[in-house]
Amino acid sequence: MSRDRTIPGLTVALAVCAIGGYFIPDWLMNQMMFGFARALAILGLLVLWRTGLVSFGHALYFGLGAYAVALLDINLGISDAFVRLGVAMLVTGGVGTLLGFILRNYRDIFFAMLSLAFSMVLYGILVKTEALGSTDGFTVSPPTFLSAAPEGKYPLFVLICVFGWLAAVLVQGYLRSTLGRLTTAVRDNEIRVEYLGYSVARAIHIKYVMSAVLTGAAGALTAMALGQVDPDSMVNWTASGELVFVTILSGPGSVAAPFIGSLIFELLRTYAFELVPHAWQMIVGGTLLAVIFFLPGGIWSLFARALKADK
Amino acid sequence: METLITIILDGLQYSSYLFIVSVGLTITFGVMKILNVTHASFYTWGAYTAAFFIGQFSEMGWPDAFGFVIILVSAIAVGTVLGYLIERGLLRRMYERDEVLIVLATFGLFLVLEDLILLVFGVNPYFAYQPMALLESVEIGGITRDVYGLTLIGVAALVAVLCWYGLNRTNWGKLLTAVIYDREMSEAMGINVTRVYVVTFIIGAVLGALGGAYIAPTVSVTPGFGVDVIVLSFAVVVIGGMGSIPGALIGSIVVGLMRAVAVHELPEVELFVVFAIMAVVLVFRPEGLFAPAKPRKI
Amino acid sequence: MSGDPILQVIDLQKTFGAVVAAKDINIDVSTGEVIGIIGANGAGKTTFVNMVTGYLKPSSGTIRFEGRDITGKPPRLVTQTGISRSFQVSQVFTSMTVYDNLLTALAITDSRGFNALRPIQRPDLTRRCEETLVRYQIDQYHDSEASTLPQGVRKLLDIAMAMVSKPRILLLDEPTSGVSAEEKFNIMDIIMGALKADQVTVLFIEHDMEIVERYVSRVVAFYQGEVICDKPPEEALIDSRVREFVIGEEYPLEVREAGSHADH
Ligand SMILES: Nc1ncnc2c1ncn2[C@@H]1O[C@H](COP(=O)(O)OP(=O)(O)OP(=O)(O)O)[C@@H](O)[C@H]1O
Ligand SMILES: [Mg+2]
Repeated sequence: MSRDRTIPGLTVALAVCAIGGYFIPDWLMNQMMFGFARALAILGLLVLWRTGLVSFGHALYFGLGAYAVALLDINLGISDAFVRLGVAMLVTGGVGTLLGFILRNYRDIFFAMLSLAFSMVLYGILVKTEALGSTDGFTVSPPTFLSAAPEGKYPLFVLICVFGWLAAVLVQGYLRSTLGRLTTAVRDNEIRVEYLGYSVARAIHIKYVMSAVLTGAAGALTAMALGQVDPDSMVNWTASGELVFVTILSGPGSVAAPFIGSLIFELLRTYAFELVPHAWQMIVGGTLLAVIFFLPGGIWSLFARALKADK
Repeated sequence: METLITIILDGLQYSSYLFIVSVGLTITFGVMKILNVTHASFYTWGAYTAAFFIGQFSEMGWPDAFGFVIILVSAIAVGTVLGYLIERGLLRRMYERDEVLIVLATFGLFLVLEDLILLVFGVNPYFAYQPMALLESVEIGGITRDVYGLTLIGVAALVAVLCWYGLNRTNWGKLLTAVIYDREMSEAMGINVTRVYVVTFIIGAVLGALGGAYIAPTVSVTPGFGVDVIVLSFAVVVIGGMGSIPGALIGSIVVGLMRAVAVHELPEVELFVVFAIMAVVLVFRPEGLFAPAKPRKI
Repeated sequence: MSGDPILQVIDLQKTFGAVVAAKDINIDVSTGEVIGIIGANGAGKTTFVNMVTGYLKPSSGTIRFEGRDITGKPPRLVTQTGISRSFQVSQVFTSMTVYDNLLTALAITDSRGFNALRPIQRPDLTRRCEETLVRYQIDQYHDSEASTLPQGVRKLLDIAMAMVSKPRILLLDEPTSGVSAEEKFNIMDIIMGALKADQVTVLFIEHDMEIVERYVSRVVAFYQGEVICDKPPEEALIDSRVREFVIGEEYPLEVREAGSHADH
């Protein structure tokens, strides 16, 4: 077996991004922030996907994370990035734990549909409740960092990069552990797992909560990077669909894949809107079909091939 | 009293609408085990086609009543063409693959078809009010209602009866029941499952297109108006039990009436209520209210 | 062989609607026995194994293992108490290699507490994994994906995975079904050889009477959910009801065609 170079690779990428980020133009920095923030959610969905589960409702956690930040800001005036992130993760972890007790008993299409139902419940509440911003949502004030209120977006950018690196490294370690192996194992054969004396429900529950927390963090960081939250682009079923799309696009092969896939998605969207404004959905849909049929390993499989050829 | 009548009529009307759009979805799922997101495309394309031609023929001076013919023809044409192309071109290649992956593939195709609408019909809305204007309105219990909206209830009833008759009283229905129960067995018994699939899918597509075409005169047909419909029909189909026609009927009535109550009594919970019901039903009856029987496979 | 039975099945019943799949089953198993379970298709053999290992809840009756009542416990807990099984249709991790299948099984069995978070590739596990592959003579398939394995190898892998938890009773559901007649004895030799070291009590379902004759110390015959015979093999195979309902009158006067009892 060849040595895994994921973690050194991620570390180099982090250094390059953090240093290079200081010199890049604002628009590019924004793109990278959105891309990498979303990648956290994709990382969570990747773990679920490896377990054979696809959620059509993870916008629930993305929205909860984002709205946690907005509500902290508006009601309590809390602007500290770490507190915001921590609260968002606690909230999504809590909700994920509760819903996990139910969802862990569902598979396939039923898992997807029940997730969808839960997320649409939140959407239904948000769009009709004035106190929660209704269809307009809220604006979010720029984050501060432990009482420092620096100019510009660079500090948040670095936070997103570092947090992304940390999450990727932790998930990588997780995937190599027994619990991590219980992804493929559960997908392949639940009966065998039970007969080895392990609870499939528990294995799924753990993964579900993990993905909820990661998606919550993604929502919180996106809210801070964007400076606003709204139900339609963050909580509606189309937002869940987008998360699933980026997951498929990235591919399940590596914890680095979500970052690459998500960034490419972000750049693609910007250029597509400029060049062919009425064909964005067609591009997304066409890409989705193409990946499903011709590139089951997603974009990552292209990278993996290139890296192999390098050696 | 008047509110009650309004709620009931609104509810029935909305239920009928939901039934027409979701019965095709449930039939497709029941037979082919495909949760088809492009059902929303059939709906949208049906609506655009009907609205476009109603406008055209009206300008050419044809009588407004011809609009009903256009609605029916549009639904059949759109459903048959799109249904055939999608089944042969995409789904046929996917039957062996994971259910959820098929949902994603149809989601991809749905997105493509959404933008194709813009290329074909442009970005401006269409208004095909003629059939609706033709039927005017009546007074029921002191409330004025559009007759066109009420005919929706009749159309839904007709669709329900046709489905019931087709499944229970025709040879074709028996084939279908066999395929639904156990595909492999039916294949072994010499049923041409491929053909059953194509025909089923087209029937589902025509029903989806009919939903869009029939609703077109009552709304402005704008880009993206199939987006909400598909999740609502997911909710209906899941509540009733995926693949069950009586389930779709009950699901439509439950969702339609609850929504009507919510809209009039507590508008804040309108959307919430539909999906809360969906979640609660799934939690307590994981396969929906009418779970279709399954063969033993161990 | 004395002392309390390791497994006690008392008045076990199971009905599926109108079908009675198990009726008044009473069996005591002593440590170290090798029991052959025979019966025609649909006699209730798999249902019996399913109930003992917790896959199905009995309609009534009691199952005791080492004196403890385990009736109705889920497979996970039954496995943890020391009972394992293999399957009529092998249950392996289809997308993994043979090595990864076994390593995963070892890791999951060894996942109490923080062990679940330790890397799966650790020396103690990988060494045990290699040893086991050799013991079951499937090491030449080390890197083959499980879905591509020949039937016999897949059965061996299934059994090797069942043995990872070091059970005290092992129930095998048709270990040689789908394996060619020439290979059957070879496979059984490998299985019995590998199990010997672990001193496990074995019950196995088998359609091939030559195998039953060769390996078991006791035969339990099922017919329509009932136990119609429970005797040593030399007596069981000449029992009139067994000959009528299970093995057919001609055995062993005529040599049966190879594979005629192969299952579906
Ligand atoms: N889950 C189930 N639902 C309904 N009927 C069942 C179920 N499991 C078993 N049966 C019925 O119980 C009876 C016994 O089945 P079982 O699988 O135990 O037979 P078997 O002796 O293992 O047969 P074979 O040699 O074919 O494996 C059969 O009539 C079968 O159809
Ligand atoms: Mg059996």
